[in-house]
Amino acid sequence: MNQFFTVDVLTTTIASGIALATPFLLAALGETIGQRSGVINLGVDGIMLLGAFSTYYVELQTGNLLLAILAGTATGTLMGVITAFVSVTLKAEQGISGIGVYLFGLGFSSLLFQKLVGTPLPISTLPPVGIPGLDSIPLIGGMFFNQSLLVYLAFLLVPVATFVLNRTTYGLKIKAVGENPAAADSLGVSVALIRWSTVLIGCTFAGLAGAALLMYGGIFQINLTQSEGFIAVALVYFGAWRPVGVMFGSLLYGLVGVVILTWKSLGIIPLSASDLAATAPAVITVLALLFLARRFRQPAVLGRPYEREG
Amino acid sequence: MQRNRDRKLSLGLAAVVVALVAGACSGSSTPAPTVAPSPSPAAAASVAPSPSPAAPASVAPSPSPAPATLKVALVAPSAVNDLAFTQSMVEALNSLKTKYNLDIAISDNQFVVATAANVIQNYASQGYNLVIAHGSQYGSILQQLAPKFPNVSFAWGTAGSTYNLPNVFAYQVNSNEGGFVQGAMAALLSTSKVLGVIGPIAVGDAKLYVDGFCAGAKSIVASITCNPVYTGSFSDVSLMSAAATTFVANKADVLTGTAQAVVGAIGVAKTKNLPWFGTQWTQASLAPSQVVSSQVYNWAPILEQIFATIQAGKLGGATFTATLGNGGEQIQFNPGFNLPANVKAKADELIKGITEGTINVPQ
Repeated sequence: MNQFFTVDVLTTTIASGIALATPFLLAALGETIGQRSGVINLGVDGIMLLGAFSTYYVELQTGNLLLAILAGTATGTLMGVITAFVSVTLKAEQGISGIGVYLFGLGFSSLLFQKLVGTPLPISTLPPVGIPGLDSIPLIGGMFFNQSLLVYLAFLLVPVATFVLNRTTYGLKIKAVGENPAAADSLGVSVALIRWSTVLIGCTFAGLAGAALLMYGGIFQINLTQSEGFIAVALVYFGAWRPVGVMFGSLLYGLVGVVILTWKSLGIIPLSASDLAATAPAVITVLALLFLARRFRQPAVLGRPYEREG
Repeated sequence: MQRNRDRKLSLGLAAVVVALVAGACSGSSTPAPTVAPSPSPAAAASVAPSPSPAAPASVAPSPSPAPATLKVALVAPSAVNDLAFTQSMVEALNSLKTKYNLDIAISDNQFVVATAANVIQNYASQGYNLVIAHGSQYGSILQQLAPKFPNVSFAWGTAGSTYNLPNVFAYQVNSNEGGFVQGAMAALLSTSKVLGVIGPIAVGDAKLYVDGFCAGAKSIVASITCNPVYTGSFSDVSLMSAAATTFVANKADVLTGTAQAVVGAIGVAKTKNLPWFGTQWTQASLAPSQVVSSQVYNWAPILEQIFATIQAGKLGGATFTATLGNGGEQIQFNPGFNLPANVKAKADELIKGITEGTINVPQ
């Protein structure tokens, strides 16, 4: 165990955990905003897959990382238009339509990968960028301030989302629509418009999450996400529909996963317990979820389409 | 109200139907594989089947006459171009296409076992002479299906059991042999004497390779650190990347890994400019300057034995093992990596010793 508590190992473990948590955080933040307005989107994983593929394909074709990430993000927005149209405008059953979006994303990204790419090729990824003055702080500098720009962006979005939800009129409207859409409607708030906007934001974040996931591995593969989008939805419950809570949930999931890998590589976890240990991130997150879920209440009309009375 | 609920449900279901159509399009079923054939460098003569116990006479099929065209169907869990397990079988089939007048059909990406069962059954009922279920997860399917199609031959692997069925072949690979050679090379290349070894789940050829790799490394440097990490998934690219990054932090300066998801770990080796050893298929294209060598599965000798057995009128009941000795495994050195002469010489010496039986690789 002593080997684990060395500067090099601790720095890399925490830094990797933060990087690994980033796709979860982005997807879960977007889902949080959507769920606060009453829309649950189970298609996050499929949208992440499409975002990841778009990023991969554009990078392969152009070699331009910024353009590739923008393509992944825009793919998320496009999927948001479809999701919002089905869930908000057509008022479809959100659970079923979300599964439909997921299956579409899984199948279509696989199809495009096979037809357009074929043999997988690695792409260049975003390099780590040190923050001047902070990246040289012993231990902490290497852990937190030598990450890629997408990691910084994801964690910056946490206070931004908190501010928007709690300190702006738009945020108040989102929460009002998620708690009592009829009352919000009677006060002149367009429920459909607010929900459209939150679904678009959520799906855009999911596309960006797919781009972040791709940037971590540097290569696309069929079902690249391995259901990370569904874990992101669970992390929204874990975080009690609050951006800061979601951030801690994402960090917990990412860090536990990397700590387990580190312990295996150092021989701290014996080979015989390897497969059991691999389930640790999910088990710990579920246990924490069970403990925390009772303490917070979900948005009152979560998952229910709004129809004006009379 | 009821009408509204029905309408919402219908819309949701319509979305699912659209998605399922897209999903169905992604699992390709191709009668003519697009992967270019590569010549089979190994001879088949030395592959020796180990017969399974005889099946009861009452279930023995009456063998069909040997067909002029051999219709072969392949069902595989990942893509035909995965640079790993599936591609190795596709390439082997293609290399034998002309020689055996093969009519090949391939269904790849059959990672859902229930779906694969339908695909295998369809091929069996469509008159294919041989259906290859290329994955150890398909074993129980064959156990159920094979007795229903006594005139169709089935093969599956990597596995050692034919379930005592007269129309089932099994094939396996001694990946520990190539692992041993590459592990020894890794120990010679490593200056930190810490190796990074990543696997999916500790089963089958993945475990054999990992165990062989560490045994080979320890045969050169007994004190070398070789703690394998099993991520728990064959396809989680991110976790494989994270494992590789972790190893590098722990001073590992040579990396290897097995499973389709190692592409993520190879990316780490490329970024950090560390030597990488591949397995299952050549991975030099992923990191042309970092891949030292790859243990390549060459299923052609095994397939030739299976074809010959079928054409002789026997539809199964034997297990075949690919080894360095019979050409079922080969170590392909990457010319793009500047391998020191002493390391190459050691590798050649080990390959020769294992092939000739003077070196026994621990299982």
